[in-house]
Amino acid sequence: MTRQMTGARMVVQALKDQGVDTVFGYPGGAVLPIYDEIFQQNDIRHVLVRHEQGAVHAAEGYARSTGKVGVALVTSGPGATNAVTGLTDALLDSIPIVVLTGQVPTFMIGSDAFQEADTVGITRPCTKHNWLCKDTDALSETIHQAFHVARSGRPGPVLIDIPKDVQFANGEYSPPQATNTSNYQPQLKGDIESITELVEALESAERPVFYTGGGVINSGPAASQLLRELVDATDIPITSTLMGLGAYPASGKNWLGMLGMHGLYEANMAMHGCDLMINIGARFDDRITGLLDAFSPGSKKAHIDIDPSSINKVIRIDIPIVGDVGHVLEDLLKVWKARGRKTNKAAIAKWNDQVAQWRSVDCLSFKQEGKIIKPQYALQRLEALTKDHDRYITTEVGQHQMWAAQYLNFEDPNRWMTSGGLGTMGYGTPASIGAQMAHPDSLVINVAGEASWLMNMQEMGTAMQFRLPVKQFILNNERLGMVRQWQELLHGERYSHSWSEALPDFVKLAEAFGAKGIICSDPDDLDDAIMEMINYDGPVIFDCLVEKHENCFPMIPSGKPHNEMLLGEASTHDAIEAGGAVLV
Amino acid sequence: MAALKIEKGSSKHSAYNLRPNFSDSQETHTLAVVVENEPGALARVIGLFSGRGYNIESLTVAEVDHQGHLSRITIVTKGTPQVIEQIKAQLGRIVPVSAVHDLTVDGPAVERELGLFKVNGDGEKRIEALRLAEIFRANVVDSTLESFVFEITGAPEKIDAFADLMRPLGLLEVARTGVAALSRGAE
Repeated sequence: MTRQMTGARMVVQALKDQGVDTVFGYPGGAVLPIYDEIFQQNDIRHVLVRHEQGAVHAAEGYARSTGKVGVALVTSGPGATNAVTGLTDALLDSIPIVVLTGQVPTFMIGSDAFQEADTVGITRPCTKHNWLCKDTDALSETIHQAFHVARSGRPGPVLIDIPKDVQFANGEYSPPQATNTSNYQPQLKGDIESITELVEALESAERPVFYTGGGVINSGPAASQLLRELVDATDIPITSTLMGLGAYPASGKNWLGMLGMHGLYEANMAMHGCDLMINIGARFDDRITGLLDAFSPGSKKAHIDIDPSSINKVIRIDIPIVGDVGHVLEDLLKVWKARGRKTNKAAIAKWNDQVAQWRSVDCLSFKQEGKIIKPQYALQRLEALTKDHDRYITTEVGQHQMWAAQYLNFEDPNRWMTSGGLGTMGYGTPASIGAQMAHPDSLVINVAGEASWLMNMQEMGTAMQFRLPVKQFILNNERLGMVRQWQELLHGERYSHSWSEALPDFVKLAEAFGAKGIICSDPDDLDDAIMEMINYDGPVIFDCLVEKHENCFPMIPSGKPHNEMLLGEASTHDAIEAGGAVLV
Repeated sequence: MAALKIEKGSSKHSAYNLRPNFSDSQETHTLAVVVENEPGALARVIGLFSGRGYNIESLTVAEVDHQGHLSRITIVTKGTPQVIEQIKAQLGRIVPVSAVHDLTVDGPAVERELGLFKVNGDGEKRIEALRLAEIFRANVVDSTLESFVFEITGAPEKIDAFADLMRPLGLLEVARTGVAALSRGAE
């Protein structure tokens, strides 16, 4: 079943056939034929962003909140180069997106034409794969192939560069079913012998811990269900990376909280003291491991990952299992049940007692005193007042991001969207727009810092145009908080360029966009202000003025092992006092 | 920051842990990468090596299957065993790569390289160069009254040895192809 059509129409047809309902984009000279086709149809909604970086982050937000592939469409040259940050972000966090870029006509490629850039060259290291499609006959297959690559195996961003003459020319359209994808088929099933070896280790382990990551969420909702079943049946404590929050519910009995540099005390201590570490879809990121030589010194380590290059990359693994988390967990449960559902119950009960002791340290405790809002308190109240809503959270990058991961609880996967690997300030606002497009009736909140938020604030225009009631919850400390924290703790309190001067009046800014602005500085007013934000039917910029010099704890300083965590005021108070805590 | 016990001037001041994690010995491996011959395929492989800081000691590439549009890239690289494993895994991740063979561990392999040597000289030196070329089974592919161009094939070590011998005899210029390699046996 092939049909003749122009390349531009092919793009739209291929997107429809791939089940795409939303495209985030920005028009320009080299994509005008595609925009002309978009104009003449109603199946695909096009969301006009205000900057191409926003388009890619919005596509990421859409992808992460739905599990589907996100799509962005931008023009050649600056359109493509502006997409680079989003592509890199999606690569590091394994988010499936397809970015379509326009290109100058094939006969002008290489001539330094207007708005020409070597897009496939620039984006080669920041995509999972990319294509320059020079032939209209090959275009539809390339697009179908691109969707297949984006969502198969370890998901990631792909890019198709489409010269303008290819968009104008006629060619044969072939549907997804006719596209050969056999050349890229990552292994899904894990090796059953290795899985059995892991089950054996699990049966006798005295201090086991599950260390889960974004791979569980990328594997789909079934993987999260299997994980829950496994944890409940074995009574083994479970922690997660920033990327994996929600795979196991925060209200679950075995939940340790997030681990890593700003992870919870009980999570990091359990990782340090375990005798069997079962890594499920995480990648031993440097924010997780701390000092490698002292990382979980006494444990046997198993690692389930769909990407063979993740295994043994930084940590030596005793039981490697290459495969999709969902498939492997299914087999693991099957083998474990068939062998009689054994665990070392007495030892695990003792281990759980130890965990309970660590938990009782209550590492997230803080004191809300006086008339200044502590950022932790703001998030605690936000959690209390929104937890029963159908809620999606995005964040920017910095202290607020870590506090959000610590104080907000996620019960389900795909509810938490944050830039983990790349740490992209400016991610949250467009990501909230992408999530809200996918879930128009849900409560979508971007927990932000004022500095990060300013990086892509132009997207408020998008929120207004498309009536997306995204809530921008800004913890405003008038500082680049995380930078300031590092300067205080590690650079002799020399606060080099880490404060936000000449900040806008966020309420007036909201009003200028036509949105609602709320400012809150008094802890006693906070609940009412948050309720006002939730109840307002439209975009809100919430300027929450918080304590300016609050540090984010717990913290594992770089180059330190997990058990040498700083627990906050108690352990650093002296240091800060001694240094004089000079304000800038 | 006494309370933090962070030593000034140490790498611990960094946001990253700068200590090398494994200090195993360096090994040289010959990898054969079979890749769909699409535009940019070679750039992906080279970009991977430069982007992730791996070494390339030698690299050859040519289309070996014109019908199937498959190219074979032979790379000689150096690293700790863990880095070599990582290189193979990362190569395997590249979408158009259909196979990665480690000829150093997969069993015995034949490794060959072609070298062209321009040697200038007269009198005794000229005769000596010719005599050594004969011993090394190098062919004369160009000759003037003052110079020879020798063509030699063999393992890289043999070509190194030939180069060492030619140097005092008036070696002017060298061109080498890099290693092409295949596993021995019927498989």
